Amino acid sequence: MDEIKSGLTEVVCDVLVIGGGTAGPMAAYKAKRHSPGARVVLLEKANVKRSGAIAMGMDGLNNAVVPGYATPEQYTKEITIANDGICDQAPVYKYASRCFKIIQELDGFGIKFQKNENGDFDVKKVHHLGSYVLPMPNGDTVKKALYRQLRREKVLISNRYMATRLLTGRDGQIAGAIAVNTRNAEFLVLRAKTVILCAGAAGRLGLPQSGYLWGTYENATNSGDGYAMAYHAGAALANLECYQINPLIKDYNGPACAYVAGPFGAYTTNSEGNRFIECDYWSGQMMQEFYSELQSGKGPVFLKLNHLHSDTIGKIEAVLHQVERPSRGRFHENRGTNYRERMIEMHISEIGFCSGHSASGVYVDEFARTTVSGLYAAGDMASVPHNYMLGAFTNGAVAGEHAAEVAVNIDLADYNAADVVREQQRVLAATRREDGIPPNQLEYKTRRFVNDYLQPPKVTAKMKLGQARFAEIREDMESAMVVRDAHELMRSLEAASILDCAEMAAFASLFRTESRWGLYHHRVEYPEKNDDDWLCHSILRKRDGRMIAEKRPVAPYIVPIDESERSAYDSQRIRQHA
Amino acid sequence: MPIAHTPTAVPVIVDEAKCIADKGCTVCVDVCPLDVLRISDLTGKAYMKYDECWYCMPCETDCPTGAVTVNIPYLLR
Ligand SMILES: Cc1cc2nc3c(=O)[nH]c(=O)nc-3n(C[C@H](O)[C@H](O)[C@H](O)COP(=O)(O)OP(=O)(O)OC[C@H]3O[C@@H](n4cnc5c(N)ncnc54)[C@H](O)[C@@H]3O)c2cc1C
Ligand code: SF4
Ligand code: SF4
Repeated sequence: MDEIKSGLTEVVCDVLVIGGGTAGPMAAYKAKRHSPGARVVLLEKANVKRSGAIAMGMDGLNNAVVPGYATPEQYTKEITIANDGICDQAPVYKYASRCFKIIQELDGFGIKFQKNENGDFDVKKVHHLGSYVLPMPNGDTVKKALYRQLRREKVLISNRYMATRLLTGRDGQIAGAIAVNTRNAEFLVLRAKTVILCAGAAGRLGLPQSGYLWGTYENATNSGDGYAMAYHAGAALANLECYQINPLIKDYNGPACAYVAGPFGAYTTNSEGNRFIECDYWSGQMMQEFYSELQSGKGPVFLKLNHLHSDTIGKIEAVLHQVERPSRGRFHENRGTNYRERMIEMHISEIGFCSGHSASGVYVDEFARTTVSGLYAAGDMASVPHNYMLGAFTNGAVAGEHAAEVAVNIDLADYNAADVVREQQRVLAATRREDGIPPNQLEYKTRRFVNDYLQPPKVTAKMKLGQARFAEIREDMESAMVVRDAHELMRSLEAASILDCAEMAAFASLFRTESRWGLYHHRVEYPEKNDDDWLCHSILRKRDGRMIAEKRPVAPYIVPIDESERSAYDSQRIRQHA
Repeated sequence: MPIAHTPTAVPVIVDEAKCIADKGCTVCVDVCPLDVLRISDLTGKAYMKYDECWYCMPCETDCPTGAVTVNIPYLLR
């Protein structure tokens, strides 16, 4: 294994899904259900059985819109406000209207959702305004349940293939993708009528404070390949300056997790044991308060559970140490942190792109269509804000159905053979050198500069210096990177995606000359929110080989927001404490 | 630029007495999202080849004989 072999195979399908984590399996499943005769390929860099954010399952749905608890109108309103007004509501409303059906379907797959004594779904309040959090008592089974459905529907699964570039036809429409086998470097050209990108967040953008490249919040396979591929295919990317930044267990860098423990009575405090935020829902405004507290003399910040009854803590442990990030328990044990006695030290994560938690993604409409004809995106990498796991499932379903519908009615587009040759040359260049700089060093340096220059508070001069450093790294990558086996080849391609994302993060952040979304886009020279000039999307794309940015108006609201409601997320700091 | 090798303590440990890779098992290698485990040509047992671990635990959870232990990587322990 791992030896570099030469080889190129061409495969033809109707619908190609790239990424088999959360949105991808659902997209492939729904495409196949919609058109049972269609060839649907699910391509995955890792193994669909255990890939993506939900590799070890999830403890609950963060954004369930369950009848009796919330309405699609309320949810759409809350997300619009949480996102400082920059929100095309149609895809959010569609998600909110459809997600309950998806919950019922997942329930039918054998994934259980918590019910109360009356047999109703037991939804908890974590958000600022409404109630949307629904625990999953057997959340560890999610992947297995999905996999069973994929097998039943005869979806063609290709594991250990990393997509590297999309192929487009003469008129710019999608024609397929190129992938590389991560264990022998053989190429696969996948011709497809429609392609759905579900490659997850750009989770390896900033460097975790531990200095460990793999100690990220996101599954470390998610290196932003989807963002890079969409960019190079000419698709529009939206609001990339609205970074993902999360409050996490210090060093461990996983969620603590207030969404699980909060409903039992846990809360976030400063080192004096005082609450300082109104609500634990992850928003940029909340992160700003978290950041300020860490910087003040009152840090560090903690998640406090030690006032709870031992049995209650036992219940919380049973969730937190079994699913999602089950090695949490081991981490605490090493440091002698028993929730009954000690508070959990928290910090702020590295930056990334993610719409699942924030709003930075490939621009999509309510059918999950990107701006490239025949190309769709769903899950963390698509621009529907605060989408989380149920958003990945629901919009994956939307994308799968629409892409299958379109695929039956069109022909395969021809790709340009020269594009494949060029891509092979790009991918293999580093394998042809005898010595040079290995990918891990290029990646480390890129990500360290992301921290040094792009992390908020954002400063113009720093971001420009960052751009200069990234350009130097790109030169090194193109002229001196060396790769010795197929595994390292995958890492080198990831390093290239990470560098692309770093450049996009700087470019988008410089474009928006105001502050918005709390900490996510806090620009020191433009400290105020400026609705007159900037209540719009910022759109980044590649045109004539260069990165450009432009404004795009927010689509007229379908759920009106009162002037008095707009600032609900602005005041996250507890009054008497401030 | 010639390349040197820097030592690193890997987080994932395989109990060779329990590992049945010599009987054809490759479960941990198959499921690892980061693809960092391999079967050793020398010992016929699974081992961590690359120190690139998300401490996520599918390898340990899915191993049929309980041979795998995931430790927290030293830098963040
Ligand atoms: C630690 C953690 C805890 C969370 N907790 C919750 C929670 O409690 N509730 C909730 O609702 N949400 C939660 N979320 C968010 C939720 O899990 C995600 O929003 C959702 O799972 C994202 O789905 P996705 O399909 O976009 O990405 P993923 O599930 O991450 O899938 C992306 C897939 O793409 C593959 N891939 C990447 N690049 C390539 C490539 N080049 N070629 C081929 N394949 C590729 C990856 O291997 C991966 O399998 C959590 C997320 C994390 C990381
Ligand atoms: S899963 Fe367990 S038994 Fe199988 S190869 Fe890995 S360590 Fe050995
Ligand atoms: S803990 Fe996760 S990343 Fe580490 S070896 Fe096991 S499966 Fe792979």
